[in-house]
Amino acid sequence: MKILTVCGAGQGSSLILKMNVQDVVDELGLDAEVDNGNISTAKNSGADLILAGEFHEDALEDFEVPVITVSDFMDNEEIKSKIQNFLEEKGE
Amino acid sequence: MISEYLTKDNIRLGVEAKDWKEAIKKSGSILEVNNLIEAEYIDAMIEMVKDKGAYIVITPGLALPHARPEKGAKENGLSLLTLKEPVKFGHSKNDPVKVVISFCAADDSTHTQMLSELAEFLKVKENVNYIKEVDSKEELLSYFENYDRGR
Repeated sequence: MKILTVCGAGQGSSLILKMNVQDVVDELGLDAEVDNGNISTAKNSGADLILAGEFHEDALEDFEVPVITVSDFMDNEEIKSKIQNFLEEKGE
Repeated sequence: MISEYLTKDNIRLGVEAKDWKEAIKKSGSILEVNNLIEAEYIDAMIEMVKDKGAYIVITPGLALPHARPEKGAKENGLSLLTLKEPVKFGHSKNDPVKVVISFCAADDSTHTQMLSELAEFLKVKENVNYIKEVDSKEELLSYFENYDRGR
């Protein structure tokens, strides 16, 4: 699975989110590659899942790729439970 | 080492700011005084929020303003500013902001180490809460040094 974290510039918030998502991926033992980028390049990134701040919800609305939004980038529990919910819904 | 990036020269505590723009300006001016950015970088940080929203408020009470490297960033660097009175940035959940940590990156990759250490530090809620409350720069600097020693 390829996970992409995105933010406006693609080098600040998304990078921090990427690190925390990576921690969660390791903790859950998922076979996933985590990368970060900006919103404008996210659409054609080939990612299976996108994580972003709640702020970007509107910009990501018409994406075909599933999007998870988080409000607190530093809260690994929030990130973890949202990724787990996503995987459950996906049936994995 | 967090104490390597946040030194006595780039920390200001208990600063007054009437709104989020002034908070970013004052935070950015620390980077400018330390010769890490050109003045235009500060405007670019403000534009970024106007343009893309207050998503830079990454965790309750803490904003991380920044702009693209080509907007006048000279080197990688951080500045830390705490506000006397918190201000709203326009984030639905993480407002109001008490701590403003601005950063500049010379390019898209070399700042990774700096941000990764910052993220490690901010992940611990007690650290964020400590920064929100502390009013002595000396105490904050020794807090950073102790944190680095403990790692």
